[in-house]
Amino acid sequence: MSVIKVQHISKHFGSLKAVDDLSFEVQAGQVFGFLGQNGSGKSTTIRMLLSLIHPTSGSIEIFGKPIEKNRETILEQVGAIIERPDLYPYLSAQEHLQLFAKVRKQRIATTNIKETLEKVGLANRANDKVQTFSLGMKQRLGIAIALVHNPSLIILDEPTNGLDPQGIADIRQLIQHLAKEEGKTVLVSSHLLSEIEQVAHQILIIHQGKKMVEGVTKELLDPQKRIVQIKTTDDANALQLIAVGSFSNYLLPRKEGIFLKIPTYEIPLLNETLVKAGVALLGIETKNSLEDYFLQITSNA
Amino acid sequence: MWSIINVELYKIFRRPRTYIAFGAIAALIIVIQLGLKIDGNTYAAFLMKDINDTLTVDGKVLNGYLICYILLQLLLVHVPLLVALIAADMISGEANLGTLRLLFTTPFSRTHWVLAKFIAASVYTILLLIWLAFLALFVSMWVFGTDDLFLMKSNYVVLIQQNDVLWRYVGAFVFASFSLLTVTSLGFLMSSLSNNSIGPIVGTMSAIVFFTILSTLNIPLFNLVKPYLFTTHMNNWKEFFDIQVNANNEAIHGSILNIPKIKNSLWVLTFHIILFVSASIIIIKKKDILS
Repeated sequence: MSVIKVQHISKHFGSLKAVDDLSFEVQAGQVFGFLGQNGSGKSTTIRMLLSLIHPTSGSIEIFGKPIEKNRETILEQVGAIIERPDLYPYLSAQEHLQLFAKVRKQRIATTNIKETLEKVGLANRANDKVQTFSLGMKQRLGIAIALVHNPSLIILDEPTNGLDPQGIADIRQLIQHLAKEEGKTVLVSSHLLSEIEQVAHQILIIHQGKKMVEGVTKELLDPQKRIVQIKTTDDANALQLIAVGSFSNYLLPRKEGIFLKIPTYEIPLLNETLVKAGVALLGIETKNSLEDYFLQITSNA
Repeated sequence: MWSIINVELYKIFRRPRTYIAFGAIAALIIVIQLGLKIDGNTYAAFLMKDINDTLTVDGKVLNGYLICYILLQLLLVHVPLLVALIAADMISGEANLGTLRLLFTTPFSRTHWVLAKFIAASVYTILLLIWLAFLALFVSMWVFGTDDLFLMKSNYVVLIQQNDVLWRYVGAFVFASFSLLTVTSLGFLMSSLSNNSIGPIVGTMSAIVFFTILSTLNIPLFNLVKPYLFTTHMNNWKEFFDIQVNANNEAIHGSILNIPKIKNSLWVLTFHIILFVSASIIIIKKKDILS
C-alpha cells in the first residue's frame, strides 16, 4: 500500500525549476531515503508533501487522499521536521512537547511526553529552555515534536544535521526502531549518503529538481552492478584502449580517473587486455558505497 | 480552535517582550500621576487661567476623573506603538524564527492559525487596555478622589456630574478597544506580508502616522477621503464626554451629544478590522512557507 504517492510534481520559483516533474511512491512500513545534494530540491519536495508550498503542477496523495483537499486529516497522522530545528527559545523542551501535543486532536498523555523525551535522549534536560540547547539537542527536540503524537508517517528532513557521531548513530537506530518495531513509514532526506544506505529500504536520488535514480537499496548495492576504479601505469593509454575495445560499454564518463561499471567476472579479462597492450594495472578499487553511486550520478547530470 | 488560541496566548505571555508594554504604561501613568499629585494645583491653575475671570469653579477640579481624561488623551496616541510591538510580530516573528512551518504542519488550517493568532493578539490588546483603565481611572480615583468632571474643549467647557461620569469611561474604553483592535489588525496585515519583525512594526506605525496626517490636514482633496480613514475615527472616544444641553443650557444627565458619530466611527473601525484580517488570511493562505 502506498502511503505517499507523488505524481509529476513541479515547483517553479520564477524561472527557477526547484522541482521538475518528480514522481515516486513510498510504501507502508518502509524507510524511504530521499537523497540529493544541497539545493537539489529535497526540502522543496518535502514542503510540498506537507502543504507548506503549493506545487506549480502535479498531484500528491498521502494515505490515498489528495493533500490539498484532506490536509487536516492527513497531517493528524504525520510528524515532520523540516531542515533546521527552529524552536521557541523562551520555552523548555517539555513545554514544546506540551504545546505541540495540544495542537493535536487526540489527547496526548503526560507519560507520552516523558517517553518521547527519553526516546530522543533529552529527559534530563526537559525543563531547560531551548536557548541553552546546542544545535544537536535542538535537532533531537525537533524529532521529539515530530513523534509526540505517535504518527504513522514520519518525514525527517536532514535529521542528523548538527549531531555528533554518537547522535547520528542514535538517530539511525531510532529510525530503524520506528520502522521495524513500531511499523511506521519513514521518509528521511539527507545529503549524507552513508546515513541513508544503512537505514533505507528504498532510495530516490534527485539532482537539480529531477529524479536521477530510484530503487531498492540492496539492488543498488548489488556487487554485480558495482563500480570499479582502476589505476594503471598509463591512464591515458588505458582509457583509450577501453574506449575503443569491448569494455567501452562499461566505461563511466568521469572528469578524473577511470571508472567502469563492470561485472566482477570480466575484471581478469580487462587486466589481461591492458597488460597485453603494455599497461600495467596498479590497483582496482571497488566503489561499493551508495555515496560513490550518488556522486557518479550527480556529477554526470 | 480553542486549543490553538490557548497555544498562542501561552506563547504571547511567556515572552518577556509582552510585559514591556505593561511596564511602559505603568511607568508613564505613575510618573504623570506623581507629577500631578505634587504640583497638580499649578497645572490646574494654568488650565483655568483663561476662564478664571468669567467663571468660578467650586470643588476639586483636579480629581481622578480629570486625571484619567488627561492620561487617555496622552496615552491613546502612544499605545498603538505598544500594540504594534506584539501584533505586527505575530506572523512575521514566527516566520523569522522558522517556527511558522511547525505550526502549519499541524492538523489545523492556515485560516484557523491566523484567526487564533489574531484572537490572541486581541486578548493581549484588551488586557493592555484594561491595565491602562485600571491605572488611569481606578488608581487616579483612589489617589485624587472624585468630583464632577470639568473639561475645557476648544471653544466651550463641559461639566459632567460625578455620578454621570463612570459609565462614560466604560463607553470610552469599549470604543478605544475598537480603535486599538484596528491597530492590531493593521499590524497583523503587515505581519502577513513580511518574514521579519522590524518591518511590520515600523510599517504599522508609519501607516498610522501617514493616515493621521491625512486625517488632520484640512485640504479639500484629503477631506474627501477622511471619513473613510480609520485614523479619523480612532480618537472619537472623546464623544462620550460631550453632553446634550436643554433650552436653559443645562447639561442633560446621561446624554451624549452625538451618538450617530460614535456609531459611524464604530462601523468604520469594524469594517477596517474585518478588511485587514480577511486580507491577512488570503495572503497567508496563498503564501509559500519558505522560511
